[in-house]
Amino acid sequence: MSATNPAPAGEPLDFSELQRMAGEILGVDADRVQLDVSFARDLAADSLDLVELIMAIEDRYQVSLPPERLEGMRKVGDLWQFLQEQHGAA
Amino acid sequence: MTGSDGAGLRVAITGMGLVTPVGTGVDAVWESLSQGRSGIGQITQFDTTGYPTRIAGEVRDFDPERYMDRKTARHVARYCQLGLAAARMAVEDSGLQPSSMDPDAVGVVLSSGAGGMEEIERGHRMLMERGVSRISPFTAPMMITDIAAGLVAIELQAGGPNYAVVSACASSGHAIADGFEVIRRGDAVAMIAGGAEASLTPLMIGAFCQLSAMSRRNHDPAAASRPFDVGRDGFVMSEGAAVLVLEEMGHAVSRGARIWGEVLGAGASADMYHFTAPDPEGRGAARAMRAALRKAGLGPEDVDYVNAHGTSTQLGDIAETLALHQVLGERARTVPVSSTKSMTGHLLGAAGAIEAAACVLAMDRGLVPPTINLEDQDPQCDLDYVPNQARPADVRVSLSNSFGFGGHNASLVLGRAPSANAKGA
Repeated sequence: MSATNPAPAGEPLDFSELQRMAGEILGVDADRVQLDVSFARDLAADSLDLVELIMAIEDRYQVSLPPERLEGMRKVGDLWQFLQEQHGAA
Repeated sequence: MTGSDGAGLRVAITGMGLVTPVGTGVDAVWESLSQGRSGIGQITQFDTTGYPTRIAGEVRDFDPERYMDRKTARHVARYCQLGLAAARMAVEDSGLQPSSMDPDAVGVVLSSGAGGMEEIERGHRMLMERGVSRISPFTAPMMITDIAAGLVAIELQAGGPNYAVVSACASSGHAIADGFEVIRRGDAVAMIAGGAEASLTPLMIGAFCQLSAMSRRNHDPAAASRPFDVGRDGFVMSEGAAVLVLEEMGHAVSRGARIWGEVLGAGASADMYHFTAPDPEGRGAARAMRAALRKAGLGPEDVDYVNAHGTSTQLGDIAETLALHQVLGERARTVPVSSTKSMTGHLLGAAGAIEAAACVLAMDRGLVPPTINLEDQDPQCDLDYVPNQARPADVRVSLSNSFGFGGHNASLVLGRAPSANAKGA
């Protein structure tokens, strides 16, 4: 539940940082957080866990995930792709 | 469970788990209580600058991940962490394995006075500072006062009756009373019963400061909780958890369980007087004690030890003393009465359970824990409060009192293990 400081503007996205955040919030080792891994099936994350993770990511990367996109966040790769899109658009 | 009404079934205590400011585990807690050691110190959990009271009883060096996985620890409030730790210890101590029993066999009544206070404060801070979208999705389940009972059921796979009883500082007295009744009437074989509290937060401490209810002896924390002493200036708030495993006596005996003691009776009443002040004549408290003794089938002459509510407030100490005179009559002049809150501080919703455990240990060890810091006894408090030194005593029956804001009163009558007093099972 710790507050997340925003990443400095212009800094490239770092997958290992996403691994670390997801690992801490979902209570798993960071190296289990891989692109093809399912949040629900592989990391035992329920919808509340995912909301908490998304909140932390929104704070860190200064992005906003529309509720309709939350539905599609099944794998870590989906989240990573969203972040890259947002980063490219910034 | 069995189809019988179960009236009159006897209830053994077969496990105890304690996480307190005077130690974690039965042995550590008993060592402190029997040595007269205070667990009160400066508050370290938040910055108390500007607070008139800056002392409390904190549970130190508590690592929740010893008792639950990392993710669970992140998603429950501190009171739940403490409660689950105590419940795990108690069940381990009992030797029961709820997960391999009928799911209806073991229930949980785990109470708290305030619940997940720090999560309420955190969620509110996020709401004020950053808006509704930044309230954690876990705030609601973390803050509610019943969730510790649910957590214990999930973690220990105990599927019987499950709830919390909330009655402020009497909560876990009522929880044990309820667990006792559930078993007596045959609705479960065992009940994991007790209380958990972690309310040393900026809002709670601040709110109680505004009531002028807490000691301001910040320079001398170990001497701050001084029930029945003229120098007292209020209670000292503490955190912690205490859980007992209550078990139907026949079940406990047949599986060869270690029996710590027995719940003989429980009584409850309302003061009908004031939100926060006790009835100055202690009439409500006296009715709860009488009801507990009546249910136990015992009289004043049977009571060998009283663990007083004894919070170290002037009104409360005097009212309880008067109540004990009303209930025990002549016996009140000779029976040892001590307040272990002088050492533990006041665990609020966990107080009744830690004090029930203190009674069980007093009976088991043949030693009555003292009331420490009793240097100049209030002349209006004229009982034998076992000042400053534990005292060897043959204790067969104990009475434990818990009184809460709202005028809630709960009294428990506890007995020594049957093998030790030759009552048989």
